[in-house]
Amino acid sequence: MEYTLPEQFEEFADARKAGFLRVKGLKEQGHKVAGIFCTFTPTEILDAAGFVSVSLCGMSDETIPAAESHLPKNMCPLIKSSYGFALTDKCPYTYFSDLIVGETTCDGKKKMYEMLNDIKPTYILHLPQGYDSDPVTVWTAELRRFIQYLEEHFDVTITDDMLREAARKRNEQRRTHLKLMELQKQTPPPLGGMQMYATMEGVGFVFTHEERIAKLNALRESVEANADTSAFAGAKRIMVTGCPIGGVLGKTVKAIEQSGGVVVCFENCSGIKAAYQMVDTEAEDIVKAIAERYLQIGCSVMTPNKERMKMIPKFVEEFKVDGIVEVDLQACTPYCVETFKVKQLADQLNIPYLAVETDYSQSDSGQLATRMEAFLEML
Amino acid sequence: MNYYIGIDIGSTCAKTVVMDENKTILHRLLQPTGWSSVDTAQAIHEKLEALGVDFAQAKVVATGYGRISVPYADKCVTEITCHGRGTCFVYGSENLTVIDIGGQDTKLISVENGMVKDFIMNDKCSAGTGRFLEVMANTLGLRPEELCQLAASGGGISISSMCTVFAESEVISLIGRGEAKENIAYAVVDSIVKKVASQAGRLTLGKTVCLTGGLCEFDYLCESLSKKLGVSVNTNPDGRYAGAIGAALSAMNIRK
Ligand code: SF4
Ligand code: SF4
Repeated sequence: MEYTLPEQFEEFADARKAGFLRVKGLKEQGHKVAGIFCTFTPTEILDAAGFVSVSLCGMSDETIPAAESHLPKNMCPLIKSSYGFALTDKCPYTYFSDLIVGETTCDGKKKMYEMLNDIKPTYILHLPQGYDSDPVTVWTAELRRFIQYLEEHFDVTITDDMLREAARKRNEQRRTHLKLMELQKQTPPPLGGMQMYATMEGVGFVFTHEERIAKLNALRESVEANADTSAFAGAKRIMVTGCPIGGVLGKTVKAIEQSGGVVVCFENCSGIKAAYQMVDTEAEDIVKAIAERYLQIGCSVMTPNKERMKMIPKFVEEFKVDGIVEVDLQACTPYCVETFKVKQLADQLNIPYLAVETDYSQSDSGQLATRMEAFLEML
Repeated sequence: MNYYIGIDIGSTCAKTVVMDENKTILHRLLQPTGWSSVDTAQAIHEKLEALGVDFAQAKVVATGYGRISVPYADKCVTEITCHGRGTCFVYGSENLTVIDIGGQDTKLISVENGMVKDFIMNDKCSAGTGRFLEVMANTLGLRPEELCQLAASGGGISISSMCTVFAESEVISLIGRGEAKENIAYAVVDSIVKKVASQAGRLTLGKTVCLTGGLCEFDYLCESLSKKLGVSVNTNPDGRYAGAIGAALSAMNIRK
């Protein structure tokens, strides 16, 4: 099958061109591409249906002005950026995706998905918003509805065995990823948070199971063999928590690491938050087992967010954390509201806590650097 | 003789303090920061030399948002740490809460046993800062200190917008409506006080609350802040030098 490139392809920078050609290649090999936005997306189901899942979360302010022609200004930059990429055909994965999968997480994303559906077919999974109302039944039914949708629209059959196999593989990826992240438990940690984050991001763009495992293992082995731990000797050990931070790393993580700190644990999506819960692959009902696994993710869109309140103390202890920095994206109601509770929790743990709210612009980078520096001076 | 120099380059004013080894303050300098922090730092260097400060015998710590622009500084320390330290020195207490209303940002710092325990700084927004006061004073054709004096005799109205730009147009329409100047001035101070108080709600206030920064000599502001917070807010003429004093004290910790 022939796939066409976007009209303005020739104007793109080389890296972007390469991205487009790579995804075009994937499609030409017969892969279907699913664009996803969230850690709650049940990737096992997409795997079983033969999709390659790629995160479409926008991490740069490049497309925000375009997005603001449809979306309000005072809105989470991740949502605006993601929508902007879809609108302007600048993201190869969005452009070539056969399907976008979204969940009813925060209000901003929910409403954005409705509009996204006019650009690309977007399927919405209705995620329960808490644990008190039998979420497993609801979420399992949602997953079954999704399976049925994929079977009907993409001419595939998804059997329990395929789901089990996919879950086994995803578990293995999670375990391998976890092992890499757990290297940071050492004192001093072998890697800076910036480096660790880069590896986590990189893995998201390796598409086969075998390649992903190989890459994660190779990374871990090379760190174990070559780590110069003296780089972070004596550095204060920081946990970063809050919203997805791929778009604000420089202003936050880098600033921390330039001020005598080292990020040992990312309690964010794409960090440890989504890596330590496994699917019970032996369970009788595999769809239910997958549903149960995802409901353990401690994200603030859940009410109340008990899992996060359990996870933070656990990782503070395991990673010997000296201070917690919460990085939230501007206008993210779920996380910004929850800072109050996280602060209370940090007080109980007797761990200093700093919360900052930021967006994808550079206008507050000096101010943020001062806050990070002052926080580290305080530790 | 050794000199310990603290230079606090804020967004509007640069404050410099020179101490000797007995922590006696030998010199205080105050000047506008102007467009270039580097030029300001140079000017400070020249002034200090003229005052007889021997830089060969000096340790220099720079703080404030322009701290990286002081080429001759031995060290940079953030204004949070310096304000905490300096305020303790000025008030002779190790346990206090600092409210620093600066040109571009407002910080609240809680200090326990002489160490910064927690702090809050406004996100990028000039509500409740010196800049906000300055813009509003300009609109009213007053100097900031005049605005604060006038506010004491006003009352009755409030500004609803926290954003400087919107608040400015609110002030303009109040002027247009013929509202008395003192009432508008009152509303401006009230808005700053409310904003600071709402930030303070996120921090446990200690028994001693001290106002630092350029606005700490404005009695009326201090009074209304005390009322709103329900504690008496202390001021001191050295309050605006708190950051520089803290920096000079930090300079004493630099090993030769
Ligand atoms: S923070 Fe929550 S809503 Fe956002 S990607 Fe992660 S799990 Fe999804
Ligand atoms: S960061 Fe917050 S507002 Fe933005 S998409 Fe995630 S949950 Fe929604």
